[in-house]
Amino acid sequence: MKIYATYNIKGGVGKTTAAVNLAHLSAADGQRTLLWDLDPQGAASFLFRIKPRVKGGGKALIRGTKTLEGAIKGTDFDNLDLLPADFTYRNMDLLLGTSQRKQTRKIAQLLQPLAAGYDNVFLDCAPSISLVSENVMHAADVLLVPLIPTTLSVRTLDQLTDFVAGFDGDRPEVRAFFSMVDRRKKLHQEITQDLLAERAGVTAAAIPALSLIERMSVERAPVTAFAPRSQAARAYRALWSEIRAREE
Amino acid sequence: MLTPGLRGYVLEPPAGDHKSTSKSTSKPVAQDLLPAALAALAPSFTVAAERGAPGSGARRLTWLDTFDWRLYRAGLVLELEQARRGGRLRLSQADGTPQAEQPVTGWPPRRPAQDLPAGPVRDRIMVLISPRALLPVVSAVSTGSVTRLLNADGKTVARLTAERATVTAVGTTAELPLRLSVAEVRGYPAQARKAAALLAAVPGASPASQSAFIAALTALGRHPANYTNTVDAQITAPMPGSVAVARLLLRLLDTLELNVDGVLRDLDTEFLHDFRVAVRRTRSAIKLLGEVLPAGVASHYAKEFKWLGDLTTPTRDLDVHLLGFAATTEHLLAAAPADLEPFRTFLVRRRAREFRRLAATLRSPRFGAITDDWRKALLAVRDASAPKKRRQPTAAELAARTTGRAFRRIVAQGGAITPDSAPESLHDLRKRCKELRYLLEFFAPLHDPVAYRKVVSDLKQLQDRLGDFQDSQVQREEIGALADAMLAEALAGQGTATAATLLAMGEVAARLAVSQAEARADFAHRFARFAGPAARQRISTLLAEPGPPAEPDPKTP
Repeated sequence: MKIYATYNIKGGVGKTTAAVNLAHLSAADGQRTLLWDLDPQGAASFLFRIKPRVKGGGKALIRGTKTLEGAIKGTDFDNLDLLPADFTYRNMDLLLGTSQRKQTRKIAQLLQPLAAGYDNVFLDCAPSISLVSENVMHAADVLLVPLIPTTLSVRTLDQLTDFVAGFDGDRPEVRAFFSMVDRRKKLHQEITQDLLAERAGVTAAAIPALSLIERMSVERAPVTAFAPRSQAARAYRALWSEIRAREE
Repeated sequence: MLTPGLRGYVLEPPAGDHKSTSKSTSKPVAQDLLPAALAALAPSFTVAAERGAPGSGARRLTWLDTFDWRLYRAGLVLELEQARRGGRLRLSQADGTPQAEQPVTGWPPRRPAQDLPAGPVRDRIMVLISPRALLPVVSAVSTGSVTRLLNADGKTVARLTAERATVTAVGTTAELPLRLSVAEVRGYPAQARKAAALLAAVPGASPASQSAFIAALTALGRHPANYTNTVDAQITAPMPGSVAVARLLLRLLDTLELNVDGVLRDLDTEFLHDFRVAVRRTRSAIKLLGEVLPAGVASHYAKEFKWLGDLTTPTRDLDVHLLGFAATTEHLLAAAPADLEPFRTFLVRRRAREFRRLAATLRSPRFGAITDDWRKALLAVRDASAPKKRRQPTAAELAARTTGRAFRRIVAQGGAITPDSAPESLHDLRKRCKELRYLLEFFAPLHDPVAYRKVVSDLKQLQDRLGDFQDSQVQREEIGALADAMLAEALAGQGTATAATLLAMGEVAARLAVSQAEARADFAHRFARFAGPAARQRISTLLAEPGPPAEPDPKTP
C-alpha cells in the first residue's frame, strides 16, 4: 500500500482537486484506491457526492471505537472508495495530542489494517501546519505539494522540505508540482522554469489554471471522469504518469 | 461487481417460468420484469443506465468443476468469463461470496488443472482438485444491463443488474428467466436493502432461491454431484440375495461405463482409476457373491473382467509413477532431480504407448459385448419374478455369511504370517482384506452405521499398512524392469538413459525398500489389533445387528 498526501500550508492552491483527480486516475488504472478526506470542510467528499459525515466523528476513529474500514463509502467509480470528512475533524488536533504527549504517528497506525485492501491511499488534509498535518506527513510515502508559481510559495516549499528533513526514521519523499499556472503571466513562466532547473523533486507536468477544473464543483465529479479528453484531464494524467514513473 | 463482504440480492420469476427451448417461445412473463422493476424503484431512486459497467453487455461464461464435483462438494463455484483474449477465473462460495479471482490467457478449460497458470484461484483449489481435471459443466451466453440507483445527491447507492442467459450443457440448451440482482455500494447497505424490498414486491419477482449455476443446472435437468465412485445400490435386508447382487453389479457397471469417455479422452488419470476400481469390485462381487447368479454367468464374466482389469494395469502403474514423480525427486539424497528427467521422459513415452493399447481395447467389440451382455444378464436377474425352486438367501443372510467368512479367512491367513513369511503371503492377505472391504461397502445400507464405521476403520488401518508394503514392492520391481528396458534402448542407441539416471533410479528403489521394511515391521502390531478380541466383538456386533429400516432410501436412484 502506497500512501500519497496532497499537502500545502496555504489553502486554495488546488490540493483537493489534485487529490480527487489523481485518486480517480489511480483507480482507473485498476489500482484499489482509497481517498481519505481529512479536511473538515469536506470538499473532496462533496465532489464525490458523499455526505461529509462519519459515525462517531473523528473521535471514534482516533480512539479506535470505530474502525476506518467501517466508515468507508464506495464512490461511483470502480476501485475507488472514500473515507468521508466529518466536521468534528476540526478538533482532531486535540484528540491527537495533550500538553504532555503528542501523537504524530496515529494516522499511520490507523491506516495499517487497510494495507491488504488497497494499493494506493490518498490523504487530503486541511491547509495549515498542525498535529494532523504532521501525522499525515509521517503516514505518507509521498507528499504531493501543489505550488502556485510565486516567490512566496517557493519559500513555503523550502520550509516544508526542511521540516520533513528533521523527521526521525522514515521520511516521505517531497514531490512538488505547479498548480493553477497561468501561462499568460510572465512571473509564472519564469518561476516554473527556474525552479524546474534548480530543484530536484519538482515535476515537469503542471496543472494549468482552467475554468473546467473549477467546474468540478458543479459537476461533482473528477474532471478526469466528466471531461476525460480535456486539457485539464490531460494535465492530471501527465502528472500521475510522472509520479508513477519516478517510483518505478 | 460486488466487493468481497458486500451483499447482493437476486430476484427472478417464480419457479415454473423456466423456458426449455428448442424453438423461440412467445415472450415469457420475465421479459416484462425489467420495466416493472424500474417503475417500482422510480419513486425512491433516480435510475440511470450505466454503459460499459462490469456485468453489462454480452458475456460468455463457463462453470467448471471436476468430474466428481469436488468444488461443488466443497461449497465452491468456479466460473470462467471468456473474453476475446483469455479471460477471468472467479471462485466464489455457493452463496455468491467472492473467494478469489485471477486472469487466464490461452487457457482452454478442457485441460488438466495442472496447466492452470499461477494465481490466487489456483492456490485455493489445487489441493482440492488435484489430480483431477477441471471440466466445463455448463456454459452460458448472457446479456446484461446495469442500472445505477442514485440518491437525492445524484450519488450511486446501489446497482441493479438484469441478466438474461442461455445455458448449454452436452447438447441441451435452456433459456433462464431474467435475473435481477441488486449490488450494494460500499457504505450504503440500507439503500440496497430498500431496493431489493421494492423489487420483491413487483408481481412476478421473488428472491432467487439458488445461484445462477444451480439455476442453470436445474433448467438443463442436470443434478449436481450426480457422480460418485462409492457403491450406493438400492438394496434392502429382506430382498432376495440375487436381486441385491444384481443391483450392486448394475451400479458398478454404471460407474464403469460413466468413466469410459473420460478414459478415452484421457482427461485425467482418475477416470481410469475409478474404472479399475469398478472392475475390481465387480470381480470381487462375482467371486464372493456369484453363487446367487445363474450357473455359468459368474464364471464367464469372471474371465472377461479379469481380462479387462489386466489390460488397464500397465497404464495405471505408469500413471502412479508419474503422479508421484515430483515427490520422488524431492526425496533424492545423492542424485540431482535432473538425473531422473530421462526416466520421466521414458515413463511418458511408455505411457503413451500403453494408453493407445488400452484405448483400442475399450473401442473393441469384445469390450462392447461385455458391457452390453453383462447388463442384460444382470437385468434379467434383477427383474426375475418367478421364484426359484431352491430357497434363496435374503440379502441380509448373504451379507452376514459372506462377510463373516471373509473376516475369518483374514484372521486365519494373517495369523499364520511370521517375520520369515514370503512377501507373497502379505500380498495375498491384502487381497483378502480388499475383499472384506468391498463386501462391507456393498452391504453398507444393511448395516448399523456406527458399527459399520468402526469395523471399516479397523480394517482401513491394516489395509494402509499392507498397501504401503505391497506398493513399495511392486514399484521397486517395476523400476528394475524399467531400468532394464531403458538400458536396452540405450544399448540400441535410442534412449537417453545415462549412468546418472540409473543411479538415481537405484536411489529411488532403495527408498522404496526402506519404506517397505518399515511397513513390514509394523505389520504384526497392526494385525494383532485388527484380529484382537475387541475387533472380533465389533464385527460380530455388526453382523448380528438387524440393520437400518428395510425401506430403501427414496433419494437413492
